[in-house]
Amino acid sequence: MKTVAEINEKISSGKAVVLTAEEVIDYVDRKGLEKAAREVDVVTTATFGPMCSSGCFLNFGHSKPKIRITEAWLDDVSAYSGIAAVDLYLGATQLRHNDPANLDYPGDFRFGGGHVMEKLVAGEEVQLFALSYGTDDYPRRELRTRFTIDDLNQAIMVNPRNCYQNYNVAINASDKPIYTYLGYLKPHMKNCGYSSAGQLSPLLNDPHYRTIGVGTKVWLAGAQGHVYAEGTQHSPTCERGVLGVPSEGAGTLALTGDMKKMNREFVRGVSLKGYGVSLSLGVGIPIPILDEAMLKQTTIRDRDIKAQVIDYSADYPERTGKIVGTVNYEELKSGTIELNGQKVEAGSLSSYAGARKIAAILQEEVRSGKFLLSEPIAPLPIEQSMKPMKEIG
Amino acid sequence: MSDRITKKIMLFFPECETESPIVYHLVKDYDLMINIFRAKVTPEEEGYLVLDITGSQENIGKAEKWLQSLGIAVNETDKGVKWNQSRCVQCGSCVPHCPTGALSIPDRLTMEIRFASDECIECLSCIKVCPYEAVASMF
Ligand code: SF4
Ligand code: SF4
Repeated sequence: MKTVAEINEKISSGKAVVLTAEEVIDYVDRKGLEKAAREVDVVTTATFGPMCSSGCFLNFGHSKPKIRITEAWLDDVSAYSGIAAVDLYLGATQLRHNDPANLDYPGDFRFGGGHVMEKLVAGEEVQLFALSYGTDDYPRRELRTRFTIDDLNQAIMVNPRNCYQNYNVAINASDKPIYTYLGYLKPHMKNCGYSSAGQLSPLLNDPHYRTIGVGTKVWLAGAQGHVYAEGTQHSPTCERGVLGVPSEGAGTLALTGDMKKMNREFVRGVSLKGYGVSLSLGVGIPIPILDEAMLKQTTIRDRDIKAQVIDYSADYPERTGKIVGTVNYEELKSGTIELNGQKVEAGSLSSYAGARKIAAILQEEVRSGKFLLSEPIAPLPIEQSMKPMKEIG
Repeated sequence: MSDRITKKIMLFFPECETESPIVYHLVKDYDLMINIFRAKVTPEEEGYLVLDITGSQENIGKAEKWLQSLGIAVNETDKGVKWNQSRCVQCGSCVPHCPTGALSIPDRLTMEIRFASDECIECLSCIKVCPYEAVASMF
């Protein structure tokens, strides 16, 4: 048994043993659980993929004369201004003004909120255009200027839903192609799209949220951020398999972090043809190895993590609840899965190579004492389901 | 036939003044086998042609000189489809859509992406599916 405080002491004295969620699998196989649990202090997990429920709060400081912004666009992408005078919230999936969307089907969606966030993190100049009705104390009614992230007082990423514990696999059983957030799907189940880092994924290595809770420090695109709440649609009550790992979406995390400290490589605008824009984000979470049971959880491997295959041409949009089959991540990562006796090519939306890189960066940061672990200040709900929408009238 | 080689090249016509039936001459005068992947030739504008040429080293050399004498740029390194490694997040979304394996994941443990330009037939499928504009067409 170790406490987080003890692990932090070891980290500070440069003696902590830190493995990635990939390395730990072989390590435990070799050494045995008991011995390994005494040795290993931290396991680093990571994921890097589209996370639509992301955005950022920006504060611009006051113009002269002052303006109480009521409508605003950042590089022609609308930002929410229903908060204090010069605060804005920019969401990742917001389209650019005048984007033809799917009028010219399938739309290209080349630029949107996620791309503006990428530009900000990269230190590039962005245009602000703002309107107001004018008040006695905030008389200005129009403003056009350019700024970089350095000119802002705050640029805080606040993401209501990141790090889906697991995710389903999309196929298209219809006879025409469809465009989804899991990619372009050819008719007759020729290919499938998935999005999870599998054995590296944070919540698959701590499936019952024992060490990851509200207040847990996370690596958010290079910055040290934290979990500020359960993510939206957090629904841990679901089908679970080996080591309690869910085979459905299940848990989610709400994350926040200082965008000024982020690295562009892990904050990337996404254009999904026929679907829209989004943001890909790199997240790493260190798991303190408190005891054997915790270590055991981190040994989960791709072949033991299952995902449900859903037909996005009918069952997904219509919410029928039907699944076409179940596959595991070893099969998905091999590039071909088999469904109803048919070979289906598999493509990922989330980057496993990117997740590996993040797990290694975080491993190095913990090893070198740059990243200390934190204990949650409140647990995430472990029993809770997602309600469907109540529609009246 | 053993001394015949195949080479993928991209031709760039600064402005399409050439009335000369290029492909005809390449076949007829230089004994080359031609496989055109992609062409964009609009009158009075610049034009591009990406093709495989198969023939003897000597004839290919002569043909390239002849093309250059017409003011056509012969590019052996750049191809019509470019993969920008620093923009690629290595997701693999494009891989099932690439018909030739030019974009592939050689090692399923690291899951890193490889782009082999000489295997690319310039079908442009990857450009449509890449969410990060990591692949682009020169024309
Ligand atoms: S253009 Fe076609 S052949 Fe070339 S890499 Fe892209 S998908 Fe593959
Ligand atoms: S889809 Fe784009 S970003 Fe993803 S691996 Fe292919 S080229 Fe790279």
